[in-house]
This record gives sequence, structure tokens and C-alpha cells, in this order.
Amino acid sequence: MAEAILREVTLALPMAPDMELEASKTAAAIAESIRMSPDRIDEVRQALIEACINALEHSHAMDREVFVTFQVVGSKDPEKLRILVSDHGVGFSPDRVTEPNLEEKMSSGNFRGWGLKLIRGLMDEVEIRTGPDGTTVVMVKMR
Amino acid sequence: MTETLNVTVDRRVGYAVIYTEGYINNQGGEEIAKAAYKLLDEDFKSLLLNLAGTKIVNSIGISILIEIIEKMLEIDGKLAFCSLTPTIEKTFNIMGLAQYASIYSDETVAIAQLQS
Repeated sequence: MAEAILREVTLALPMAPDMELEASKTAAAIAESIRMSPDRIDEVRQALIEACINALEHSHAMDREVFVTFQVVGSKDPEKLRILVSDHGVGFSPDRVTEPNLEEKMSSGNFRGWGLKLIRGLMDEVEIRTGPDGTTVVMVKMR
Repeated sequence: MTETLNVTVDRRVGYAVIYTEGYINNQGGEEIAKAAYKLLDEDFKSLLLNLAGTKIVNSIGISILIEIIEKMLEIDGKLAFCSLTPTIEKTFNIMGLAQYASIYSDETVAIAQLQS
């Protein structure tokens, strides 16, 4: 049987402090509803926080909003949680984002820039779609 | 509304423990740094950060923890972490923090190592 979206929820988050926590609470509720394990739920929350912060900080979106769509996906029963974090900002070049390294960060005095590395390390699949009309980070965690 | 982090400090002979309660974001990281740098001014060179009360962090907050680690290395001090959730520990490992700061399962184990 083909994979289908069994349930979908979308949040529109204003660019305001700690909005990433609102998204993470919704992620936890949806992941619990498909009986994902608590440790995997925490990993989803952590990755989502990073994706939201990236969009909130770097998108420069004129509408000052970030959209988070949660999709429960499966052929019959829930098999995975797919999360799309989208903005209508200026986009970026993923190829130009250098892989952070702690030793280099410490010697340069610039300690930031870990978001994408953490998202990739915490989720099972990650895809970045970006262009002049905005960015969507697609993240998947198997149940 | 901004989520606040509560930081408490327990000064002991030869080391101090910093306890956190809440979300470690940029403001939370700054609160921890303020407590840590005050302890350094008081000549504490071994600090333990007990994160039992923290279930969620972000990379901006962790960046500030890296600054504290760097400061501790400069003065030949020690910063250790204990009581991390599995996800926070995984996050620290992805970033490579374990190369520069020890991570212990709980406070008892951490204190035994700090005092050795």
C-alpha cells in the first residue's frame, strides 16, 4: 500500500521570543499520539527547536512568520512523523554552510552555527529546499 | 513570553555546583555564565553543572556554555556536566563538547571524579 499523509497540522508562528517552544510542544503531543518513544520525541523536539530558531533568526521574512507543518505518514498505521519548517524569507545556500567543528569554533571565538548539524544528527532524514522565495526544512523521524 | 531559567549555586570545599531549572536558551545561557564567572572571581576552579532540572536546550544556549568551557580551559580549571537527558547528552556529543568537558551520569559520580 502506498504511503499517505494520515493526519496534518500546521502552525503559523510569529517571530517572537521562545516561539520554538510552542512548536516543540505540538511536536511532542503529535509524536506521543503515534506512540513514539520518549527519547525519540525529545530528539524531534530538539531538532525542531533548532529548525525554528534558524528560520526565526536568519530568514529575514517580511511576513515575520514561520510555518510548521506536522504530517503523520504511513501506509495504513502511522510509520513516521514528517515536519516541514517553512519561511517566506530570502533563502540561503546550504553548500556554503560549513560543517561546524568545536576546535575551530573555540579558536575563532564564534561559537554559533550548530543548527543544521544538530538537525541532521537528531533526525532520520533531512532535506532542505531553499530559494529566493523562502526555505523549507523537511525532517523525518521514524516511529 | 520568554521562558526563564532558574540557576542556583552550591559552594562546597574546592568546587561548586550550579543547578539549572528550565530552558537553556540565550538568556538561560547568560544566567549560567553570570553564575560561573562569579564563581571564577571567587577562585573556584572546579565547577559542576547539574542539568537535572533542564529538559530542553538550544544551540545558542549551548554556545554560551562553550564560552564558559573555554574560559575554564584558559585558567586550567575544570567544568563538568551531570544528569543530562539522553537527548541533551546526544546533542553535546554531536557538537563535540565531551572532548573539552566531562559528562557524568549523576552528581555523586561527578563529585567523586572532580575531587580525585
